[in-house]
Amino acid sequence: MPRTKFGVGGCEHKPALTLVAQSRLEVRLTSFDTISDGLLSASRGSRDRVSRGITRRRFVQGVLAGGVIASLDLSRLPALAQKTASGPPLLSGNSFDLVVEQTPVNFTGRPSVATAVNGFVPGPILRMREGDTVTISVANHLPVDTSIHWHGFRIPSDMDGVPGLSFAGIARNETFVYRFPVKQHGTYWYHSHSRFQEQTGLYGGIIIDPQVEDPIEYDREYVILLSDWTDEDPEAVFSNLKQQSDYYNYHQRTVGTFFSDVRKEGLRATISDRLMWGRMNMNPTDILDVSGATYTYLINGQPPAANWTALFQPRERVRLRFINGSSMTIFDVRIPGLPMTVVQTDGNDIEPVIVDEFRISVAETYDVIVQPPDASAFTIFAQSEDRTGYARATLTPRRGLTAPVPPMDPRPLLTMVDMGLGNMSGMAMGDRPRMKMEAKPPSTPSAVGTVNARRDGYGEVPFPQPSPNTTRPSVPAIAGKPTPPKPITLREGPQVDNVAMRPTERLAEPGNGLDDNGRRVLTYADLRARYRGTDLRPPNREIELHLTGNMERFIWGFNGEKFSSAEPIRLKLGERVRIILVNDTMMEHPIHLHGLWSELENGNGEWRPYKHTINVKPGERLSYLVSADTPGKWAYHCHLLYHMEAGMFRTVIVS
Amino acid sequence: MRTTTAGRESTAEFDSASASALMLILVLVGLIALAPSVTNAQSTATTTQNSGVTSPEEEEPPVMDNQIFGHILFDQLEGRTNGPDNEFRWDGEGWIGTDMNKLWFKSEGFAEHGVATDGDTEALYDRPIPYLRYFDFQAGVRYDLDSNPGMTWGAVGIEGLAPYFFEFAPTFYFSDRGRFAGKVTGWYDLLLTNRLIMQPEFEVNFYNTNDPSRGIGSGLSDLDTGVRIRYEISRKFAPYIGFAYTQTFGETARFTREEGGIVNDPRFIFGTRVWY
Ligand SMILES: [Cu+2]
Repeated sequence: MPRTKFGVGGCEHKPALTLVAQSRLEVRLTSFDTISDGLLSASRGSRDRVSRGITRRRFVQGVLAGGVIASLDLSRLPALAQKTASGPPLLSGNSFDLVVEQTPVNFTGRPSVATAVNGFVPGPILRMREGDTVTISVANHLPVDTSIHWHGFRIPSDMDGVPGLSFAGIARNETFVYRFPVKQHGTYWYHSHSRFQEQTGLYGGIIIDPQVEDPIEYDREYVILLSDWTDEDPEAVFSNLKQQSDYYNYHQRTVGTFFSDVRKEGLRATISDRLMWGRMNMNPTDILDVSGATYTYLINGQPPAANWTALFQPRERVRLRFINGSSMTIFDVRIPGLPMTVVQTDGNDIEPVIVDEFRISVAETYDVIVQPPDASAFTIFAQSEDRTGYARATLTPRRGLTAPVPPMDPRPLLTMVDMGLGNMSGMAMGDRPRMKMEAKPPSTPSAVGTVNARRDGYGEVPFPQPSPNTTRPSVPAIAGKPTPPKPITLREGPQVDNVAMRPTERLAEPGNGLDDNGRRVLTYADLRARYRGTDLRPPNREIELHLTGNMERFIWGFNGEKFSSAEPIRLKLGERVRIILVNDTMMEHPIHLHGLWSELENGNGEWRPYKHTINVKPGERLSYLVSADTPGKWAYHCHLLYHMEAGMFRTVIVS
Repeated sequence: MRTTTAGRESTAEFDSASASALMLILVLVGLIALAPSVTNAQSTATTTQNSGVTSPEEEEPPVMDNQIFGHILFDQLEGRTNGPDNEFRWDGEGWIGTDMNKLWFKSEGFAEHGVATDGDTEALYDRPIPYLRYFDFQAGVRYDLDSNPGMTWGAVGIEGLAPYFFEFAPTFYFSDRGRFAGKVTGWYDLLLTNRLIMQPEFEVNFYNTNDPSRGIGSGLSDLDTGVRIRYEISRKFAPYIGFAYTQTFGETARFTREEGGIVNDPRFIFGTRVWY
């Protein structure tokens, strides 16, 4: 890919882009309420390409006058002073011009500097269309290297944006032009893959409109991008964690909680509980490594006080595209009083599930439809898993109308199951058939041919994203049982503080802190793909990986090894593998495989959900299928930023 | 080590040659250990300059998990008083290195009227012990650094987290003149609240021979124990108050008495715990 120097006053690649700021539009909406309906939302039933084009052009009218420069000023206002919360602007088309630069921000009342895209944190929302070939030029105005990774994109590996794997990174004062065909649709996001730039603001949402009519019906849509902000230098955060891993945990058990537990559980039970955890040198309050002690949680770049606000008309179907662009924060999301219908995860449509709450791990996306019944306001409430803070926004029929912010739930405590000691009842997953789906015989593809995997990686994606009009490639059947995984022998040591003795299946559990809270909470077992998978072959090989770490030393890895001391994982182009993950640690890890889909085996057979990021609970064992259909070097890592940098990273080479 | 002697005539000559040799070995060991990380950092520096022409293979790796970190902790910077008599006590440690290879420094001692009456400083190579989760092996040198005739020791020990969050560090010392010594320290953080932390702590010293020049007798020599209650204004800055008790034993106690020192010495303490 050519590198172009970015000169003063312009760039070789002129954008044919459109600019939209949601905020401006909302201002219009308040003034012209009657028109607003037509403005923001085309009636879903009659929506076609043309009407949507018009919708988007009208979006543009709301903002074109100012463009990036005017918007820049808006973003540079102290966030807390902004009574009218604004989100990032929206750029759409097939050509985008992005500038990465340092921008002064103020999220906490203290001025700070963020790594922004076109002056915004989050960066602009990019809206593109499936089937287009998009060109994205990224100019680096930082004093250091940068990069942008297109999270969840199935594109050639040299466009994937991981310095050291896919390309050399974007040096300062250089412009890198990404160009790739878009072969999928849904909600995605982008972020830097250079050191801690993601923590300092380099992330943004992406919407890919499907080539055909979107089967998800909605009248209006918003991107809800969750993130965590700290005024501390992320290098200092990392250093603090290395020196004292509980540095940010101010909710540990104390003498006070000991006595309150004695009152509740009795002296004997409390002492034996303390001894059990103490013997392991483990801490049941260790939920997230970095907490609200330093983080301010943002929705679309707005802290809770600024209250990012989205408008709706009563009874409209509003599509909320939730993206967790955090560095270290897992959120539990709900909208009190408003049930949510989950329709998509990680860009892939699922059978609608009605829930009151869902957990969104780092880097995951969930699209939900809500239908506010009347003209009252609702709070979008996203509390961090460790309950040390929350992000908050408002859905309202008119500006100024807000809803109460609920109190945070009680803080969860880890249990023996999280330690990998199995269920209290003694039921261990290892004794049961591993996957329910295996009860269903795999379909035998009728045609026999070669796997249509292209060596250059360009052009067709051999196994496309499932959709209503997917043509399933005809591939030779794989006979027999898959090659079993190499046995992993792990021993405790400096890099492994725990080995799960009896890892359990936890797909049907909502997660720590969400059990029995009286609400319907989404689980991984609820995710059933809306369309059959495109690669129906059973796996020919199994790979087992343990998620390991030493909490106290803040060392993280796979199979007890950090990235720097481990060999890459090699996949044969065209093969189908089952990856089995066993989480030996006491923390959740969102595991992200670049470039290839991760098809979670959650009991839904050929309707297993396609994901790009799979959250693995403590003490859990799960598996997913991967079609190695795109050659190249791919990153494979925990998406908790400081875990990744501490070594929880592998290279996957498909060749 | 804790004695109350001061100004005694030197009988043990300080073997500067052996000290320098030990120091040199230590620095070399440290450099060898840190070499991979340093080269790593250097290659990063060079590739950023010409990243436009290098291929991904020559680039810095996608994650830098062998980064060098540094840490300096003064867990005791305190005044100790028993009414008429005041003294200053310091105890600190620092390290620099990667997850698996570190260079440690430890220093502790007492000062009175601006003069160090009893102090030692250690430089140690540190490496996690295989198959143990929380313990590191440490080896290096110790130099007794105060106004008394000093001695240089070789040092071998372990330091880490014993079950039940009990920090524990026994070290064995040896000199080229056939002397041996041992030091055991331990401490525990009891959270009264998440910011108010009570820390009981102890240190004991043993010697195999008498060293009248430093007022040390063979056997169990001395105990320094205390309880501190600190308030963590931040993790890195915590003022504290507490109570310390020191006692000398056996021959050491006899030396102490001869010097007019106190064998059982309880004191109130106030200080600050800081780290960087
Ligand atoms: Cu992780």
